[in-house]
Amino acid sequence: MSVSPPHVDGGMGQRVQRKEDARFIRGKGTYIDDVKLPGMLYLDIVRSPYAHAKITAIHTDKALKVPGVLAVITGKDLDAHKLAWMPTLMSDRQMVLPVDTVMYQAQEVAAVLAETRYAAADGVAAVEVDYEPLPVVVDPFKALEPGAPVLRPDRKEQSNHIWHWETGDKAGTDALLRSSAVVVAQDLYIPRIHVSSIETCGCIANWDGVNGKLTVWMTTQAPHAIRTVYALVLAGAGIPVPEANIRIISPDIGGGFGGKVPVYPGYVIATAASVLTNHPVKWIEDRSENIQADSFARDYHIHAEVGATKDGKVTALRVKTLADHGYTDAAANPSKFPAGLFHIITGSYPFAKAFVEVDAAYTNKPPGGIAYRCSFRVTEAAFTIERMIDRLATQLHIDPAEFRLKNFIPPEAFPYQSALGWTYDSGNYGGALRKAMELIDYPALRAEQAEKRKQGELMGIGISSFTEIVGAGPAHTFDILGIKMFDSAEVRVHPTGAVLARFGTKSQGQGHETTYAQILAEELGIPVGQIKVEEGDTDTAPYGLGTYASRSTPTAGAAAAMAARRIREKAQKIAAHLLEVSPADVEWKDYAFRVKGVPSKSKTMAEVAFAAYTNPPPNSEAGLEATYYYDPPNMTYPFGSYICVVDLDKETGQVHIRRFVAVDDCGTVINPMIVEGQVHGGLTMGLAPALLEEIQYDAQGNIRGGSFLDYLLPTAVETPHWETARTVTPSPHHPLGAKGIGESATVGAPAAIANAVVDALAPYGVTHIDIPIHPWKVWAAIHAGKAAKGG
Amino acid sequence: MIPPAFEYHAPGTVAETIGLLSQYNGEAKILAGGHSLLPLMKLRLAEPRALIDIQRIPNLAYVKEEGEFLKVGPVTRVNDLLGSPATAAYPILRDAAREIADPVVRNLGTVGGNLCHGDPGNDLPACWIALGGEMTVTGAKGSRTVPAASFYQDTFVTAVGPSEMLTEARVPKARPGQGSSYFKIEKRVGDFAIAGVATSLVLDGKGRIASAGLGLTGVGPTALAAGDAAQSLVGQSPDAAHVSHAAKLAAEAAKPSSDLRGPAEYKRAVVEALARRGIERAVARARGGK
Repeated sequence: MSVSPPHVDGGMGQRVQRKEDARFIRGKGTYIDDVKLPGMLYLDIVRSPYAHAKITAIHTDKALKVPGVLAVITGKDLDAHKLAWMPTLMSDRQMVLPVDTVMYQAQEVAAVLAETRYAAADGVAAVEVDYEPLPVVVDPFKALEPGAPVLRPDRKEQSNHIWHWETGDKAGTDALLRSSAVVVAQDLYIPRIHVSSIETCGCIANWDGVNGKLTVWMTTQAPHAIRTVYALVLAGAGIPVPEANIRIISPDIGGGFGGKVPVYPGYVIATAASVLTNHPVKWIEDRSENIQADSFARDYHIHAEVGATKDGKVTALRVKTLADHGYTDAAANPSKFPAGLFHIITGSYPFAKAFVEVDAAYTNKPPGGIAYRCSFRVTEAAFTIERMIDRLATQLHIDPAEFRLKNFIPPEAFPYQSALGWTYDSGNYGGALRKAMELIDYPALRAEQAEKRKQGELMGIGISSFTEIVGAGPAHTFDILGIKMFDSAEVRVHPTGAVLARFGTKSQGQGHETTYAQILAEELGIPVGQIKVEEGDTDTAPYGLGTYASRSTPTAGAAAAMAARRIREKAQKIAAHLLEVSPADVEWKDYAFRVKGVPSKSKTMAEVAFAAYTNPPPNSEAGLEATYYYDPPNMTYPFGSYICVVDLDKETGQVHIRRFVAVDDCGTVINPMIVEGQVHGGLTMGLAPALLEEIQYDAQGNIRGGSFLDYLLPTAVETPHWETARTVTPSPHHPLGAKGIGESATVGAPAAIANAVVDALAPYGVTHIDIPIHPWKVWAAIHAGKAAKGG
Repeated sequence: MIPPAFEYHAPGTVAETIGLLSQYNGEAKILAGGHSLLPLMKLRLAEPRALIDIQRIPNLAYVKEEGEFLKVGPVTRVNDLLGSPATAAYPILRDAAREIADPVVRNLGTVGGNLCHGDPGNDLPACWIALGGEMTVTGAKGSRTVPAASFYQDTFVTAVGPSEMLTEARVPKARPGQGSSYFKIEKRVGDFAIAGVATSLVLDGKGRIASAGLGLTGVGPTALAAGDAAQSLVGQSPDAAHVSHAAKLAAEAAKPSSDLRGPAEYKRAVVEALARRGIERAVARARGGK
């Protein structure tokens, strides 16, 4: 007789189809622009053609004559309500609308309120603005030179230097590098890019003057934090609204990737317009506005030095970085970390000493510094260390795979204290790399490469063995505006055994409705189809810090498990009551409460739930629900090893990715299909900056790449066949052992591709090439190499 | 898409279209596939007073060999160049059609639009130049024929006047021994070309090149004819030396500018590489290869 293993439909580890996809693929989702309210007005924004200019006049008469246009709102109007400026999360300030000076091309200058979307756009075209151009600062290095125009005269410090941040042992690092047998140094630029989610940003603000209630539908990844910011800003503007009367609703979101964390001026203008008119006001930005004006990512100018012993053991790492923040620091980092978690830069390697310093500068560019599918500057760090490890291996004439295997922090060293102060929870870096090497048959590839080189063909193999740091984060270290970075779950089991669960996070496509439901199915023994997950409405969901930095499973996923376990505690008493035994004689086993020693005598969670409302034990509270606010004890440290194989066209410089094997380790896997989907999407978003994406500015601060005409996202044609696999090294401190997977691939992929291209170009003496690796850069590197060799 | 208000007409005949064009006196635009025009309108870079939609005019969509020509109607969808049996002897057109954006665009974008938009990044103009094709342009005073080589006057400026429309595009009927090809590279599918090279040639009975044409995409203010390169091949056997020499001349004919797609010297090098590959492919096809 065969006994089938204990099973709950849709429990952890099952490839459950995503519950949310039915509405997404049938066009039944509700995105921000689908929301329409009676009497709704439309807002559109006049934007600056100049990167830096004084506004001498705004002529609104022609715009006001456009049929349907109701008002033109300027910075002076907002200034009267103390709303012309707003604070940023990084203690800087940002213009909502400028009172007298524009700071970047495409900056908001005025807003047109109209009865229709078309009238609003026609009104924008009819507003005439007089500008007096001012000197433009585009290069952050020049911004810090003596005599550079001071871009932010509103600050006490009359300088374009925003802040300096450093960590690590400077003297120890300097000394160890001096005594290292081999030191390589490299400048790396991680270019300014944009998340370009398929849905742009927008909101509908609805001020109900009668009841003093403000409802804002908004494309935000962090609705609760936004509600608190609104309460604070409104109070500051002399419009005190109790936080309980502010409701932020984040509907279905078409991709966030960090770009929907900030508060954009459009949200504030729409809200002010609604308060002034007592009408709902909708603002939806178009694609060009989204790319040109919304928060950028990356833009780090890095100088890195790494040392090794003669026999190839890493010693010390020193990194000096200049961060270009645009005209204000509007990054969305945890408060204590102005450069995010950049100090994960020691990566998978046991550097004895390390020192990192970052300086930030103002330029005439849009603000930002957001964490584009990355846990706060982790991509910049992973790219740097993985590039530098290859530089070191080349310098030492050691195969890059062998060099990594020789240097990795060994599995037995965990929990591991890094030179820059992080405590890595768990890892098996060699396991992941060896698996990737096996899958791709690394020795055969190296043999093929040697053969190809003899024939003058350019083939490259690139490795990236990254370590991430996600799941922000422990209350002792992590906060945003003082609010600790816990997250929450509220779980209600209904009488018929169905579950309604609400969370402080907000999915933007990650699949929370399925992942969280699977955690609850596993913990409660209730089929996944009976579990409904809700997020994004601050009137109903428990408070949380939102979804970004791969934090949802590490924080809210843990909260789900802990809330379910609280429910089980109560349910056990009810089960004992039903089974007529003492609670101590009941155990939770194989998805049911069973009498110890008599497992056939059992009660399911559904039976217990019914009793919780119809037949609770005497002297006990009815109902079956629990709330949990989870404060993670540590960050989680997902990791992986990627290997990329490229073939280059010597004449045209084209890079063809022949194979890409990705071995990820995110600890316990909740839904393998969702994990693979996240990796596929993340790899494509890692390919993008490696080969295609960059926002550039000319000397006048004009954006180059301000629409999808020039800002090139990869299509299916450029995207190679991703070969994915995994190892499983659970997190010891997470209740499920899960680590988070949303961002690993974005973080890890660029270095694998860059390392492969540089490897292919090695016969020409090439040791580095900055991303994005356009065909012309490859061609130029080949020609420079040929010239250096004397033809 | 939030353009300013515009008027919309869907005439049923060419004559009616010409009448409307004259009536708007240069302020109307013809709408066919719309895949270049509508993005410009979306960005408010083009603000025509009226759109004249020619998609409902009967008999403007066809690909057929007739008399001495392969004839293509202006509203023919790009995808029909791939699907029509009539283009079998013109592999250059199928190569190019495959390189035009993506299937969604090709299903709606038209041959006439690609030929008349006047963007140097369009792919079909270089093909028409290489094939020695011609265009029929119709206006109030009737129709005239313009050779492809003189059709392109400047960026976005063609021989089509403000009150005229393209009514047919033709290329000479393929001859025995003819081979052709189109090579293009781009940073990403759908991006403007870094460079493209269109090649057509005919081998005589002795295997020598009897005639040749080369057109260049994306490396000048308009599609360009690489006449010296083509001429250098005529009368020669297509050996490596002659092919390389012609490719060098093609690169010299390019007038690229430096932009996000690369510096001018790089684009010139790409033209040379693609011209060599293109001529080799055309020769192989002339000899019966694929």
